[in-house]
Amino acid sequence: MNNYFVNLIIILISAAFINNVILSQFLGICPFLGISNKIKSAVGMGLAVMFVITTASIICSLAFRYILAPMNLQYLQTIVFIIVIAALVQFVEMVVKKVSPALYDALGVYLPLITTNCAVLGVALLNVEKDFDLVESIVNGFASALGFTVAIILMAGIRERMAYNDIPKVFKGFPITLVTATLMAMAFYGFSGLV
Amino acid sequence: MNKYLERLVNGLFKENPTFVLMLGMCPTLAVTVSAWNGVGMGLSTTAVLVASNVIIAALRRFIPNTVRMPYFIVVVASMVTIVQLLLQAYFPSVSEALGIYIPLIVVNCIIFGRVEAYAAKNKVGLSLFDGIGMGIGFTIALILIGSFRELLGAGTIFNFRVMPSSYEPIEMFIKPPGAFLVLAMLTALQNKFKLPSATNGSGKKSALTCGGDCANCMGEAYAINHELNAEEPKIKKAVRKED
Repeated sequence: MNNYFVNLIIILISAAFINNVILSQFLGICPFLGISNKIKSAVGMGLAVMFVITTASIICSLAFRYILAPMNLQYLQTIVFIIVIAALVQFVEMVVKKVSPALYDALGVYLPLITTNCAVLGVALLNVEKDFDLVESIVNGFASALGFTVAIILMAGIRERMAYNDIPKVFKGFPITLVTATLMAMAFYGFSGLV
Repeated sequence: MNKYLERLVNGLFKENPTFVLMLGMCPTLAVTVSAWNGVGMGLSTTAVLVASNVIIAALRRFIPNTVRMPYFIVVVASMVTIVQLLLQAYFPSVSEALGIYIPLIVVNCIIFGRVEAYAAKNKVGLSLFDGIGMGIGFTIALILIGSFRELLGAGTIFNFRVMPSSYEPIEMFIKPPGAFLVLAMLTALQNKFKLPSATNGSGKKSALTCGGDCANCMGEAYAINHELNAEEPKIKKAVRKED
């Protein structure tokens, strides 16, 4: 039992920092570069992603374990996962709107963008590839999303500061954002000796 | 010019998905650690793109417009599964090297972009050539970026030693930070020489142009649905007032 708990903590740290979804796996680059110009929107996007990835990890893991695996249909995982995720996001949007209009106001704009976010499908596939059980999948999903949120908020903070800096003309906009991402990736690469 | 040839040239140069439209950045950054990886990813994506384009173009009259996204998702995901199984059977080393990035072709914006913008409105033949052009354009871009990173990071191209043996490889270039750096320099050069690119706004005006604009990605259909969802209460209120 104790070993299992230690194992969960290792999964959490390695998913959030060492194999950061954005900075080392390159999943979810679009929102990372697109919605990272203000901290407020980065927080909103991060929270929405956390919510969706964790839920998607649970549902996809259940679907794989109790529907696909017993029927020997593992090869259908890509099709099933993408449909489940697309349906889930629409469903979450409807539920959140009904149950908590305040939360809907905060996250609503970002939810539709998440369906197409490769991080969600990527994490669901990684859970299966690494043969995680349900609890491990949830921890891995949550931690990956945490890593995403940390990275996008850091990026937004840096970009807010950078708005007042004197940047060479050719580097303005997209290139300087990518240079920032390079430096962040280098910093996160330092975590690789952690576990 | 022949209209079929025009589609090929369009995909290769005018609307090159990587260099001009800046679509599918995730695989571009993730798999280009070597030239061979670029070939594997590029050709797999090409196969999926061509097959999906042809099928959607053939079915375009039978797919109801309002639910077209689920249809597209199922067709594209099926094609990806077929490609994945073929790779596992005949090219296990490629399948091993690319890992989860093969199933992730499903969410590659290039595929949905072309299916939505082109195949759903055009004839089968033209869609076929559009898929080939876009796919080969993507493959060539991946090979170029992959070769560059492999050259600096390992001193080789396609596993052939190019640099003199005294060259100390800059390993960073085949690690994640190198991917961001190469793309940063590429976009900076595009700005410098004022080359057409989505990232500096000078690219061909297209609803698909990415440049970090997620709302115009394949999530567009969901975004529209979201707006409809948001408008609903207003409509209800208006009805109540009338009562």
